[in-house]
Amino acid sequence: MIEWSTHFALALLATCRDIMPIAAIIIGFQLLVIRKPLAHPQKTLIGFLYVLLGITFFLEGLDMALFPLGKLMATQLTTPEFLGLGANQQTLAWRAYAWVYVFAASIGFATTLAEPSLLAVALKAEQISGGAIHAWGLRIAVSIGVAFGIALGAFRIVTGTELYYFIISGYVVVLIQTLFAPKIIIGLAYDSGGVTTSTVTVPLVTALGLGLAESVPGRNPLLDGFGLIAFASLFPIIAVLSYAQIAYWLSQRSRSSKP
Amino acid sequence: MINFKKKPLKAAVIVKRYYNGAPTNPKLKTVQFLKHFINQIALSRCFNIQSSHLQELGTLMLKNRFIKQLFSSFLDLAPILAVVLIFQVLIIRQPVPDVASLMIGTLFVIIGLTLFIQGLELSLFPLGEAMAHAFARKGSLFWLLTFAFCLGFGTTVAEPALIAIADEAASIASKGGIIEQTSAARESYAFGLRITVALSVGFAILIGVLRIIRGWPLYYLIIGGYCGVIIITPFAPAEIIGIAYDSGGVTTSTITVPLVTALGVGLATAIKGRNPMVDGFGLIAFASLTPMVFVMAYGMMI
Repeated sequence: MIEWSTHFALALLATCRDIMPIAAIIIGFQLLVIRKPLAHPQKTLIGFLYVLLGITFFLEGLDMALFPLGKLMATQLTTPEFLGLGANQQTLAWRAYAWVYVFAASIGFATTLAEPSLLAVALKAEQISGGAIHAWGLRIAVSIGVAFGIALGAFRIVTGTELYYFIISGYVVVLIQTLFAPKIIIGLAYDSGGVTTSTVTVPLVTALGLGLAESVPGRNPLLDGFGLIAFASLFPIIAVLSYAQIAYWLSQRSRSSKP
Repeated sequence: MINFKKKPLKAAVIVKRYYNGAPTNPKLKTVQFLKHFINQIALSRCFNIQSSHLQELGTLMLKNRFIKQLFSSFLDLAPILAVVLIFQVLIIRQPVPDVASLMIGTLFVIIGLTLFIQGLELSLFPLGEAMAHAFARKGSLFWLLTFAFCLGFGTTVAEPALIAIADEAASIASKGGIIEQTSAARESYAFGLRITVALSVGFAILIGVLRIIRGWPLYYLIIGGYCGVIIITPFAPAEIIGIAYDSGGVTTSTITVPLVTALGVGLATAIKGRNPMVDGFGLIAFASLTPMVFVMAYGMMI
């Protein structure tokens, strides 16, 4: 118990250290530039403490429960034994890795749903749009995007295609979609690309990428292990833009079909 | 489910109405009314009945929403648990190693997520918006942009995920023969990379804020940025490309995102002629775009 509490205190301290620069900047600007007292200093302080404790608990819990298991599974799923790779077998059809893709997609979907940053942006979007955008709908669209992105990223590691081609063609799709999408969603869609990859997703996805690059013959973990995060931040943009586009078309159609 | 915007009733009034059998709000169903009643009684026991209305309202909201939020945090987490357990039991076919720590850890994650969201709405969102409004009222573009840059730079330079990825990049670079194979060279490379990314995020927030003020359309800038990425990629060394693309994703931490989002939305609300939905978002997008260009440029310079 004592050991555990010191561990927890250390984690709390580490979180404090991470928050320090932000707190310093806010307090500095508040005191020196704005020069006005905060509206609700007590409430803000309590909320800040909540955030601090919340992040600590969250990270500690992830470290205790999900990360060891998730990382273990990512490595187990990518071992040559599990994939049925013999010593004399140098190449394997990309289809042999089916379970890896399924795992990649489902872990991408599930971790994104639990991502606190995405939750924050979705809450804000629901509040600003007056309920026109549902927090859940947005989060599910983003999660589907991440799931697809990570599965495709795993496929890329297996086949060894250049990362560059996938990312550039993804951007081209985003550019085309941007031209047609309703203007109101564009900012939110771009933002949702950036927020998906944070505390929950990055460690698990990185473990998957590195494990896969180590066991697939002919891949260099240093070169091919990276890039999954880039997929995970590109495809949510496409997913959210498509979601908005489809919702827009459906509402247009129902409007025009009404007499 | 309960209309919190109404003034909370004093316990005595509620008791009276309760005995009279008239619900405080005809729309409330009996069960909800009972919940409300019990809450009020509990509150009046725990806190002085004569406490101010504001405090009563605040605690009541917290209590109800806390439980609701706990449940919704559990729902947020359920998919991960399901994925991990299903794969562990059905496909890898091995027992879950440590059930006790799995349970406690999950409980921690749920509590943590709940506290985080409570804190978000109590502090980070209002804080970001209040600062946006204060800067808008002050009317000093210079200070607003300085604040934007500092916020981006300060939050990124100490980001643990970035430190990890910079060290990784340094070891790749030294194995690839780009820099010397000494720890001093690696350290200076990793440090340079961190500063580069932090500068690029600071720059991104600055440009994003400037965009909200001037009302430039977001997609021009984003498309321009993507074109920059596409043009610079073929010239960057192969080792840095994966890291550059990934560094765009890891820069935005859990505290930065709510603060920056609230800042953007607050600015777009405070400035006339801006729509918070159209103009308020997009800051995070810049923050994950510019590091790619900057890191590839850094890789080319070294």
